[in-house]
Amino acid sequence: MASSEHQPDSPERTVLDGPGTTDRRLILLSPQDNVCVACTHLAAGDTVVIDGAAVTLAERIPLGHKLARRRIRAGETITKYGAPIGSATGDIAAGAHVHLHNLKSEYIPSFGMDAIEGSAGGRGQ
Amino acid sequence: MRGFLRPDGRKGIRNLVLVGYLVECAHHVAREIAQAFREQEVHLVGFPGCYPNAYALRVMTRLCTHPNVGAVLLVSLGCEGFDRSGLRQAVEATGRPVETLVIQDAGGTRKTIAAGRAWVTGALATLGAASAVSMGMDELVVGTICGGSDGTSGLTANPAIGRTFDLLVAEGAACLFEETGELIGCEHHMAARAATPELGAEIIRSVAKAARYYKTLGHGSFAAGNAHGGLTTLEEKSMGAYAKSGASRIRGLLKPGDLPPHGGLYLLDMISDGEVRFGFPNINDNVEIADLIACGSHVILFSTGRGSVVGSAISPVIKVCANPDTHRRMREDMDVDAGRILEGRGTLDEVGREIYARVRAAASGERTASESLGHQEFTLLYKSFEPIGPACLPR
Repeated sequence: MASSEHQPDSPERTVLDGPGTTDRRLILLSPQDNVCVACTHLAAGDTVVIDGAAVTLAERIPLGHKLARRRIRAGETITKYGAPIGSATGDIAAGAHVHLHNLKSEYIPSFGMDAIEGSAGGRGQ
Repeated sequence: MRGFLRPDGRKGIRNLVLVGYLVECAHHVAREIAQAFREQEVHLVGFPGCYPNAYALRVMTRLCTHPNVGAVLLVSLGCEGFDRSGLRQAVEATGRPVETLVIQDAGGTRKTIAAGRAWVTGALATLGAASAVSMGMDELVVGTICGGSDGTSGLTANPAIGRTFDLLVAEGAACLFEETGELIGCEHHMAARAATPELGAEIIRSVAKAARYYKTLGHGSFAAGNAHGGLTTLEEKSMGAYAKSGASRIRGLLKPGDLPPHGGLYLLDMISDGEVRFGFPNINDNVEIADLIACGSHVILFSTGRGSVVGSAISPVIKVCANPDTHRRMREDMDVDAGRILEGRGTLDEVGREIYARVRAAASGERTASESLGHQEFTLLYKSFEPIGPACLPR
């Protein structure tokens, strides 16, 4: 591509190109991140290796979902793609599922499937 | 690639007859006309509202004069507020065959359907005689959107489309990414990629407008299905969506109906200006696809993780499936299996090149999955826009 059009620090350059974890079932999108992403379905009791340390999962982590790379304290910023995606609403153990129950947006609240009934719902963009 | 040369110098990768209804009251008649030709290149679009709207007129004008469109049949009830003669004149000025049928003047439903089918039969014969000419990448406009996103979208399909955009921009194509409401949290990074600081400031303003709009309406562009697929927050989803834009410099900011003046990467701002009016600015993915096509997009790259099946009227949609499980379930609806990256069966660069090849194939006449399945979804709503300022298209 034309070099004048290229922006070297674009975030997608880190996607799958960055330093991975030592476990092929996980993706670490950026070295600054405190969460990893499951690239397969992981079951409770599975042992994964995060930054060289074995962690036994307390809960199921579906494909595409996030788990804590290390212990995260309440109020801490959650970082994915090297960018802030919200903050922790409680303490999160290493290897724990990071989702609606312990991560909130700094912009607009999110709605899960269990919130659809009786609410405006949302769209699937 | 091959295209059909239009009098305005643009080239279309399809040569279809467009049937457009100008109010919901004319929708059934227009659909009955178009459905008689469902195995041929006859597409249906329209505007449901009875009250006039400058944005809807502008978008309908751009669609009826879109390079993929060779002839236009307008169907009016007769008493709606749509400026049907203004639209007809705009189409006539491009040299395309155009006809207006007014149901109240033509004698009702059956007579209008019969007259419409006769006109379309003649128009198809005329278009069938057209010959295609060769078309360069610098004549192509490609839009991108994500729909039915999940946690895999931002890992596979979106960054792969970003790679495709980089390849296309390097060869002179104009590439459009969109939906500032799904770029909330990315505004400063985008501004740093803008061609000028003034354009960067316009980009930040456009995202702030989107954030305000969604806040007033009560929730952002985040669906329950997104959370089920592993996305937790709007800014997380934004980062994944943003990856579709690739790594090129941002050359400009467009609004619906603005045509990119030359090749390069553009952000399309499709959130109404001014006070929050008319409800949600993008009630479904096809509203956004229609806006991308109104900006001249010949092809749409559609990233989906959960599994959207939609296509579009006028421009072919290429489905890039982010999630390998979804691809196994819905293979027939998908053009590209980007989820294979997660299973070690390909890299982002390989998938990016495959999408690029699909763009070239679609622009050479090959049908996409959604085209083959007959998808022609379309939605056009009320919106209102101020014209873009000079900082939006720096030279």
